[in-house]
Amino acid sequence: MRDVAIVSFSQLPSVKAIDAADEPELVQPVTSDAMKQIGLTQDDIGFTCSGSTDYLPGRPFSFVAAVDGLKACPPIRESHVEMDGAFALYEAWVRLMHGDIDTALVFSFGKSSLGPVPAILNLQNDPYYVQPLGLDAISAAALQAQAMIDARKATERDFAAVVARNRKNAIDNPNAQIKGDFSVDEMLDEPYISSPLRRSFCPPLSDSAAAIVLAAGDRAKELVKRPAWIRGIDHRTEPHALGQRDLTTSQSAKLAAEKAGVGRNKIDVAELHAPFAHQELILKEAMGLGNEVNVNPSGGALAANSLMTAGLIRFGEAANRVLSGDADRAVAHTTNGVCLQHNLVAVLEGE
Amino acid sequence: MAEHCAVIGIGQTKHRESRRDLSIPGLVRDAAIRALQDADMTWKDIDSIVIGTAPDMFEGVMMPELWLADALGAAGKPIFRVHTAGSVGGSTAVVASHLVQGGVHEKVLTLAFEKQSEANAMWALSPAIPFQPQLVAGAGGYFAPLIRSYIRRSDAHRDTGCMVAVKDRQHGLLNPNAHLHLDQTLEQVKASPMLWDPIRYSETCPSSDGAVAMVLVSDKHANRVKNPAWVKGTSVRTERTFFAGRDQVNPAAGKLCAKDVYDEAGITNPVKEIDCAEVYVPFSWFEPMWLENLGFAEEGEGWKMTMEGKTKIGGEMPLNMSGGVMCTNPIGASGMLRFAEAARQVRGTAEQHQVDGAKVALGHAYGGGSQFFAVWIVSSER
Repeated sequence: MRDVAIVSFSQLPSVKAIDAADEPELVQPVTSDAMKQIGLTQDDIGFTCSGSTDYLPGRPFSFVAAVDGLKACPPIRESHVEMDGAFALYEAWVRLMHGDIDTALVFSFGKSSLGPVPAILNLQNDPYYVQPLGLDAISAAALQAQAMIDARKATERDFAAVVARNRKNAIDNPNAQIKGDFSVDEMLDEPYISSPLRRSFCPPLSDSAAAIVLAAGDRAKELVKRPAWIRGIDHRTEPHALGQRDLTTSQSAKLAAEKAGVGRNKIDVAELHAPFAHQELILKEAMGLGNEVNVNPSGGALAANSLMTAGLIRFGEAANRVLSGDADRAVAHTTNGVCLQHNLVAVLEGE
Repeated sequence: MAEHCAVIGIGQTKHRESRRDLSIPGLVRDAAIRALQDADMTWKDIDSIVIGTAPDMFEGVMMPELWLADALGAAGKPIFRVHTAGSVGGSTAVVASHLVQGGVHEKVLTLAFEKQSEANAMWALSPAIPFQPQLVAGAGGYFAPLIRSYIRRSDAHRDTGCMVAVKDRQHGLLNPNAHLHLDQTLEQVKASPMLWDPIRYSETCPSSDGAVAMVLVSDKHANRVKNPAWVKGTSVRTERTFFAGRDQVNPAAGKLCAKDVYDEAGITNPVKEIDCAEVYVPFSWFEPMWLENLGFAEEGEGWKMTMEGKTKIGGEMPLNMSGGVMCTNPIGASGMLRFAEAARQVRGTAEQHQVDGAKVALGHAYGGGSQFFAVWIVSSER
């Protein structure tokens, strides 16, 4: 397999609403910045791939409009996934394995502010039997959190501690939306939104866009001093119906982490895409990440949660720590679907 | 490229206006099981799944690969979803082939579907977008002006579109899986109502329920069958919606996409070296337009090939032997059907619509307002 690395990352700050910006206006700043950081233009890019969903803007083919944020004349080699941008990164990584091109641009965009996201996410459920029940994303996550409590795997205080740590980490992240010192006791006094989830145990909803450039082999070494090499990357899914899964664990994250080689050596940093506090606990256990691992130094999805982009941002944040030399070995993760159904895990290394 | 990639299993549903006998999971599973049987495989043999479908708003299920994971035996495996507008079926097969060629997985199941009877494509394609005029005309209204422009530029014979419709429907009569089985005369097509000048009712594609699946494998698994179709060239190309000098009649992205695959497959004279092609023709007039875009005809000359009967089975350059999109249109699957039917031809398994001795075939898909293209070339020889 070819060596492929993340060589640059750019994102728009995650905010509650980026008003009056259409797809090209979201995409153009981050893609051009990611390329400019390493002295490239679109003409130097071999393959471009994006991730987004039509259900945020409420229109078909929103990714078609996004292409107008790129210099796509002459026409480019390009693809799109209706998944988080981290899965677009996976497709680009696969494309680079072909061997005929050495660089790829990956981007994603999402404006959560345009619609009622928890209700929209009910559309991920079985349309015949579950969608009519109106199982919104928060209610589904609450079932999972309650299952953890029932299994005595965690308490509400544990959930609050996860939130406090993530939002404290986010103080140093200029792109995060919710940050600061949050008291565990005060969080435990909040009313339930959907028991046992209180407001702080749930993620904010953010608008953002992000871009990453991948490069293979010597090309990566030419572009940056210390590329963030993708040493392993894998994704797995699970049965869809909630009743068919043990919601307190994540078999798919465990399997993907094994295939990506997470356990082969010490991990310094992990950026986990855990929108709900309890999901971080599930993912850490599934991937075998101990307390010595610095989890979500960026603040994670509890500090900034732009749908379709939050996963790609995890990859960018993890890569930045390797690119800067702060970490030698990092885990990047994204999830998709109700209660962590589908998980993508990568291991990034400095040397 | 680390590995050669071969298509060793192909399955499709019978395509109909409404498959009320099957749920959406039932539809995709039907195609997948047929492909596995064709490859002499079971679910356990599959390493990875790549699925494509048109906009999620059609069926009203967001990211349907999550829901369909169970029906496709995907638990514990990677399942990947591609979406590139109408070209999606082609792009999905290309991603699957790259998983094999890149050495990531050895045995990949790829499939695409649409259940238009449970969807509302016209509604989903006609949203009110801020600062843009609402295009309530659907795809026909969008493409009709491009066809008029083609006729003006090439001074094409006005019967060309009707000839394509008659030809594709005759081919469709040979394909039991096709949705439409219409024995139409030129006079009947010409007498059908005008919808969007110059597109008549009988020159449009139907709305279908259907799914198609393929099993793609690396070298060492290809000998499971005696007649693999080898992937010789793949490409996806995209151009912007808006740029000065954009030619939507003969798009640059389509020309470049064809050039990519010809270069990769070592083809210098497409008409001579390619035995037949399955090309995405949702409105009849796109046959001559894509003949030119793909380099099968000089610019302005494509319509002559159609009028001279060269695109019939038995002609010099048979096109859409299966009846094509004009007979069967499960939108998200239409592109992959083209890719799969091209592979059937070189495997010699196309039954009544087989082109005698076909060794090299091209599959083509396009999407959006002709911004997105996907093409592959398959061969009976590695």
